[in-house]
Amino acid sequence: MTGPDTTGSTKGLDVAAIRRDFPALTREINGTAVVFLDSAASAQKPESVLLAMDNAYRCYYANVHRGVYRMAEESTAAFESGRAKVARFVNAASSRELVFVRNATEAINLVAHSWGRVNLRAGDAVVLTHMEHHANVVPWQMLAAELGIELRWIPLTDDYRLDLTNLDRLLDGARLLAVSAMSNVLGTINDIAPLAAAAHAHDALILVDACQYVPHVATDVQAWDADFIAFSAHKMLGPSGIGALWARESLLDAMPPFLGGGEMIRDVRLDGFTANDLPWKFEAGTPAIVEAIGWGAAIDYLERLGMDAVREHEERVTRYAIDTLSARFPDLHIYGPRDVSIRGGAVSFLFDDIHAHDISQVLDEHGVCVRAGHHCAKPLMRQLGIPATSRASFYVYNTEAEVDALTEALAAAEAFFRI
Amino acid sequence: MTSNLEDLYREVILDHYRSPRNRGDLPVPPAHRAEGFNPLCGDEVTVYLDVDPGSDTVHDIKIQGQGCSISQASTSMMSAAVKGQSVAEARRLIRAFKALMSIHEHKLEGESDGSDLAADLEGVRLGDLEALQGVVKFPVRIKCATLAWNTLQQGLDEIEAGGTAP
Repeated sequence: MTGPDTTGSTKGLDVAAIRRDFPALTREINGTAVVFLDSAASAQKPESVLLAMDNAYRCYYANVHRGVYRMAEESTAAFESGRAKVARFVNAASSRELVFVRNATEAINLVAHSWGRVNLRAGDAVVLTHMEHHANVVPWQMLAAELGIELRWIPLTDDYRLDLTNLDRLLDGARLLAVSAMSNVLGTINDIAPLAAAAHAHDALILVDACQYVPHVATDVQAWDADFIAFSAHKMLGPSGIGALWARESLLDAMPPFLGGGEMIRDVRLDGFTANDLPWKFEAGTPAIVEAIGWGAAIDYLERLGMDAVREHEERVTRYAIDTLSARFPDLHIYGPRDVSIRGGAVSFLFDDIHAHDISQVLDEHGVCVRAGHHCAKPLMRQLGIPATSRASFYVYNTEAEVDALTEALAAAEAFFRI
Repeated sequence: MTSNLEDLYREVILDHYRSPRNRGDLPVPPAHRAEGFNPLCGDEVTVYLDVDPGSDTVHDIKIQGQGCSISQASTSMMSAAVKGQSVAEARRLIRAFKALMSIHEHKLEGESDGSDLAADLEGVRLGDLEALQGVVKFPVRIKCATLAWNTLQQGLDEIEAGGTAP
């Protein structure tokens, strides 16, 4: 395996070397190399992640936290090492604050069920934003139906950012602000630290949906002064099936368990149970063992690249994409900030008269993989007054040449539907 | 453009997409309104049905909504195909069209064979609708093609049950 550039951010990423680490990128579609521009939905996996998982199954696989034999100890150590890497990657104060779940959606549901049911009562407010993914909308709507809490919404500005004009009024009487760090549709990066300060000034907590942010930007939960953050492995070169809830230890300590069963207990009697220590208190049943090991390998890979270099590369490709698409297609709508310093690499676009599905179908014929649809953000789509967009999203392995391939395929699609 | 895409986007489909038939609405009541959603892509269709109870005929049909070329063309073709037909004929068309999309009622996925298709299509003239057959090669798009038909079926069921518009 070719090692990526380890010299740090000053020299940037060696993208040619990186691409050789990703077997799926050698795939051909209709005779041309695949152009994979859908990493915001899920990223491809490098050889090192595949090998780490393969090796775990082949060499030392056993259940964790149970056996006293050598393979069980090795498996447990590798699993917990994965947790430590994930915790360190977001600068958690300790691994006890890092709870493994299936995905970011489950992390938010865990907070809604465990923290929400105990701490929220009728009349309390939870503040959301118009750019949230359904994962950070529906759990709160379910809780609102159950408990009678009030949901309030931070609207958007004309340039696709949060309109914070009435933030203090919205936070008055609120118990929680639940906000995305980076929109999966618009790419907008929300400045979390001042939002956390505003929430705390109103005695509210802040939950950050960091699913799109952690894979792309160096993340520091302590600098944010966040209370809960949710993110997943599969968008950051790791396997599907595992995600994490990070939360302040004091909050997790006070929260009741979410799911009951094995692993999450210290003691079980006929008349009740005592919950396990953190973080296992929230991890009922056999966890995603090998996925945690694979996630650790993905973090090793990203750390070798350096998150500053990752961010710098994505800013450059995103700027090139926005500039190229705007210049080539004057009537193409691009939904999201133009300034790449306040946005990530998810670029949503739409022609007035050609549906996103039709665009994406033609792009597929050219081997260009983009997402088409509402991106699990229907409230946002309604605000924008559109049913769907196409979305190209960029990661460490994407190049300006792939942006050119997107542009050419888009020109072909335009020609096809506008005869 | 490759032949694969030309199979999907036949000229008659693009014609219905660019010039959709029976767009508009009907006063409710007496007409019945049925709404369909494709949760995958956010497409929406509203079908207004004026069914004459005496002759049990789809006297008039109007369509509103938004969607991709496949869903818009299929909706337009559906409206043209069932307008003026008896309710029984409209139901036969629904069954035949779904069969064309490899969806066979009362069968589990993967169980269908050629004999189902023949049975469902027997005695039904699909005409232009056959142009949509290319959709089958693109499984994700089958839901786009069937949205209007499912909404029509839902509307006819609601009328039969004596229900009112949602």
